[in-house]
Amino acid sequence: MLTLDRHTYEAIVTHARRDHPDEACGIVAGSVGSDRPQRFVPMANAERSPTFYRFDPREQLALWREMDDRDEEPVVIYHSHTATEAYPSRTDVKYAAEPGAHYVLVSTRDPQEVEFRSYRITEGVVAEEEVQVVSALP
Amino acid sequence: MAIEVRIPTILRPHTGGEKAVEGEGATLDELFADLDVRHPGLRARVVEEKGGTNQLRRFVNVYLDDEDVRFLGGLSTPVADGATVTILPAVAGGAGGVAGG
Repeated sequence: MLTLDRHTYEAIVTHARRDHPDEACGIVAGSVGSDRPQRFVPMANAERSPTFYRFDPREQLALWREMDDRDEEPVVIYHSHTATEAYPSRTDVKYAAEPGAHYVLVSTRDPQEVEFRSYRITEGVVAEEEVQVVSALP
Repeated sequence: MAIEVRIPTILRPHTGGEKAVEGEGATLDELFADLDVRHPGLRARVVEEKGGTNQLRRFVNVYLDDEDVRFLGGLSTPVADGATVTILPAVAGGAGGVAGG
């Protein structure tokens, strides 16, 4: 199960809507081992594409170093699909390289309704999980 | 001549869980070959052979200190004692395809 606070949930959705029709991407960092998504970090999509995303390698290095300094890890890695469902594609599964992260998919294909779903992706296997949005993390 | 190599979580099974290992070599290519002796399988996650030449895998980022080695010399990049090489798998993906990917 993914538990996140409403502020973070809305920040992810807002980012996805803002970058539509390009895919949006980013992370929510949290203390190592805590499983608490605390710090929202939107990233630029270096592909600037409606069907692909990639963190800019230099920005990714800076972020990973920053997390290391702060004793954090990427608790959530999110991106959006702009014309298809909020389900991991073959490409998403192929490149999922953080086995401890919750992979959040947002779909912005419908301007009225947002789809927000979360998955674990480990060794090529996708497992959907429940998303719980709370007013504040416990 | 020791170069520190920082290992991402997903590759730590190849290093017995260590987040940093040391190696030697005049270039990145040599360094990865050296690491592979003590950490079998690590090199194959970063380097692939295409058409008889070694190259860095496309969705693995390798940095020499602060620089992405794609902008230096790729696997031919010279490395010096005291440098830090960092490996980070790209964070990438996407719906893919033309439509309904």
